[in-house]
Amino acid sequence: MASDMAQTSFPWLSLAIFTPIVFGMLVLAVGRDSNPGLARVLALIGAIAGLLVTIPLYTGFDASTAQMQFVEKVTWVAQYGVSYHLGIDGISLWFVLLTAFITIIVVLAGWEVITSRVAQYMGAFLILSGFMIGVFAALDGLLFYVFFEATLIPMYIIIGVWGGPNRVYAAFKFFLYTLLGSLLMLVAFVYLWHSAGDTFDILAWHKLPLGHTEQILIFVALLMAFAVKVPMWPVHTWLPDAHVEAPTGGSVVLAAIMLKLGAYGFLRLSLPVVPDAAHSLSGLMITLSLVAVIYIGLVAIVQDDMKKLVAYSSVAHMGFVTLGFFIFNTAGMEGAIVQMVSHGFVSGAMFLCIGVMYDRVHSRRIADYGGVINSMPKFATFFVLFSMANSGLPATSGFVGEFFVIMGSVAYNFWIGLLAAVALILGAAYSLWMAKRVIFGEIVHQHVREMADLSRREFLILGLMAIAVLYMGIYPAPFTDVMHVSVDALLKHVAISKL
Amino acid sequence: MEFANLNLSLAAPEITLLVLTSVILLIDLFVKDEGRTLTHVLSLVTLVVLTWMSLSDLASGVRGSAFDGMYVADSFSHVFKVFSYIAVGVTLIYGKAYAKDRGMLRGGELYLLALLALLGQMVMISSGSMLTIYLGLELMSLSFYAMVALRREHVVSTEAAMKYFVLGALASGLLLYGMSMIYGATGTLNLAGVARATTGIGDNHMVLVFGLVFLVAGLTFKLGVVPFHMWLPDVYQGAPTVVTLLLGAAPKLAAFAILLRMLVDGLFGMAADWQPMLAILAVLSLAIGNFVAIMQANIKRMLAYSTISHMGFVLLGLMSGVVEGSAFNAQNAYTSAVFYLVFYVLTTLGTFGLLMLLSREDFECENVDDLKGLNRRSPLFAGVMLVLMFSLTGIPPTVGFYAKLAVLQSLIQADQVALAVAAVMFSLVGAFYYLRVVKVMYFDEPVDQAPLQGSASFRAVLSVNGALLLILGVFPAPLVALCALAVNGSFAL
Repeated sequence: MASDMAQTSFPWLSLAIFTPIVFGMLVLAVGRDSNPGLARVLALIGAIAGLLVTIPLYTGFDASTAQMQFVEKVTWVAQYGVSYHLGIDGISLWFVLLTAFITIIVVLAGWEVITSRVAQYMGAFLILSGFMIGVFAALDGLLFYVFFEATLIPMYIIIGVWGGPNRVYAAFKFFLYTLLGSLLMLVAFVYLWHSAGDTFDILAWHKLPLGHTEQILIFVALLMAFAVKVPMWPVHTWLPDAHVEAPTGGSVVLAAIMLKLGAYGFLRLSLPVVPDAAHSLSGLMITLSLVAVIYIGLVAIVQDDMKKLVAYSSVAHMGFVTLGFFIFNTAGMEGAIVQMVSHGFVSGAMFLCIGVMYDRVHSRRIADYGGVINSMPKFATFFVLFSMANSGLPATSGFVGEFFVIMGSVAYNFWIGLLAAVALILGAAYSLWMAKRVIFGEIVHQHVREMADLSRREFLILGLMAIAVLYMGIYPAPFTDVMHVSVDALLKHVAISKL
Repeated sequence: MEFANLNLSLAAPEITLLVLTSVILLIDLFVKDEGRTLTHVLSLVTLVVLTWMSLSDLASGVRGSAFDGMYVADSFSHVFKVFSYIAVGVTLIYGKAYAKDRGMLRGGELYLLALLALLGQMVMISSGSMLTIYLGLELMSLSFYAMVALRREHVVSTEAAMKYFVLGALASGLLLYGMSMIYGATGTLNLAGVARATTGIGDNHMVLVFGLVFLVAGLTFKLGVVPFHMWLPDVYQGAPTVVTLLLGAAPKLAAFAILLRMLVDGLFGMAADWQPMLAILAVLSLAIGNFVAIMQANIKRMLAYSTISHMGFVLLGLMSGVVEGSAFNAQNAYTSAVFYLVFYVLTTLGTFGLLMLLSREDFECENVDDLKGLNRRSPLFAGVMLVLMFSLTGIPPTVGFYAKLAVLQSLIQADQVALAVAAVMFSLVGAFYYLRVVKVMYFDEPVDQAPLQGSASFRAVLSVNGALLLILGVFPAPLVALCALAVNGSFAL
């Protein structure tokens, strides 16, 4: 086993990836349907351990350099030019932490709600968590692909086994849609491997000169993979289906982290590997993003299913993210990354709230609620808070990212900035109107009167999410400080033509 | 010819197998046991002995030719033989209870025919001349015709055997005709001689190409490549599952070996002629195999079509070896094809093994719906099947992903980006029906509540089989190295 790069003293990244995976396999191995308690406890221990091992990544992180940190590099399959190559910079750091954090929330969210095949449920989530951290930490194209693609297996099972009535359709759609994109990405990766002299090293790809036509083709192939995952209009249609049918935990992971895999792909691969194509096609990307922000925002308003509404709002919010990437300035890029993290908290929290109501009434239709504040005052506070955050109210995390992106777009082109700003109104419209119809007003349905307020467990998970949302909204510096240098380096890199 | 020049020792594995098979044949006459346990054990012992012989040949780098160049021993033949022994041995373990329940062990023919078919495969793998290719092929095929028909009273099996025999005979005819043309043009049956005569082809190019077409048709028939695939779904479905597996695993290795020997050892000079043929066959196989498999309710038939599509991938690996007359990519290309084939054999063993595990005396597991709710009945074996299916789909971290990757790399190196895109798009279609199997196992409730049968050894081997696909999916390097060892230096490139 060869290593040709400075190794850090301790493989924290490997630990962050494999702690949840090992615990997940352990849960699968020891979990019995007769003893679900053991699986739950073990899963929680695994999730907490998974978060603890990511803390040194934050405390030991040097924000003054754009270099990859915590690098691990070992030859993996020499014949195919594949290395086990990990490392994080200011862009990926927060996603690793976010994933580990959300995993705890998901385990807690499924604590009492999931009663059948608990061990498999918990095991699938833990393994999924490890794979997703792997995507954010991978610096080898093939390793990236392996983790990216492997996430499909647990998610397919999660939607299909613990999902709603139409779960089979949603699971197939989710899997095949994402596979379509990622197979083209694989061909692009193999092409890059060949062009770069038989190496899958992403950092080597960053420096690889490529012709214009090549770049465009590679960009399109990668776009297929990432656009489906983000998802961008018009390939977003799998997302509402998957969200509606997935169990609460599945929706949370899907919205909070899986969508970020696609957006992260743009940052790590599309922009730096084929910068000229990114510039040539930025018009297209901005258009698609604006369509997502405005058109999907309008679509969200008319939804009568709460999960669908939040799913469409996710598409709209991710439109801000891709918009921020393709205007090529610091405000846009940083805003987009902050928006990704913020969306992880906010949309995750929204799905948790809907889950709380669904567990009591078994309906996701807005019309089945109304006046929830009367029976669930504590819950109503959280729900309104997260709705505000979802609409981008200042002092919540949702504001920071969107504000930066709009600032960046105005600097890029006034009209684009204007259109993006209009979307903020749409965001307020669908979020607050839903909150109004669900939380406020008179109680119309008897079952709403009988709804019990939050249990301690639910209070804990929503409380944690609320702290994250408010902290990030009031004092975003810890989030933005670590990424300045890396974002600047990325923008500088993208500005230089490879032709 | 001097007897001493025969180099008999090189053919020691074949000779040993023949002797031991004859011994087992005699001993089997005196076996009274319903389950033929003694025959079973002796067959497995034979395979272990052979594995040891071939492995030690491989380790000591034995190579050379015997019988005046008609028989070749090289690392390729050792590696392929070892995989064939493993495939046959694992099949016999999986199939014992299945065959007994279906009255196929009233005589010991199943074991003897399987061993004789294996002998044929070994001859094919080691063939250095068109004559040996044909001899080995016929020995193997005749054994299989009989095995498919082993359940005499079973109408579907008999029909499948007839189809197999008639179409197989036709394919043999095509092959012989092709060989005769090559012989006519080159004046020799020996592959090395053919290679010498065809480099810098002159006057006889037309005859050679004509012969080549028949040759490729005959050779790809055994692989089951479109449009020579007609027999495959019927035989897979009609044959008893244990015979399907004997037919679906090891013979693919042998069929690929003769294809490689014939095209690379013999007709390398004509690569520009056979490459486009293989490319067309491969794309057709990927298309028809994947699309038709979607519609199958019978899982054996579905797997037959899936086999067809996977053979398309193998051919893509094989055809990417020569780029505009240069053989720089040949090593990689043939290694990728061999790797793909080995992955395919390993996975096939597991899938059909699982079908046999789910079958009982009065119940034949052959429909996709028979797997319903398997996760409820046995999470372990549902997990094994999950890994098998995702391996066939080519999703990491299973070995199937690396097999696809190897072929894609080889295609890209040969500048065949369009073929690479076509290959992955067809495997997207394939994903649908593999996912459907996972769906019935995990998302549906079980209809059949009977506990799983199967001896401890059966279960253990099947679990190892599944785990191996996962382990090789994370650490594929040793297997890749073995495949590269098989290809390196074995062919005159």
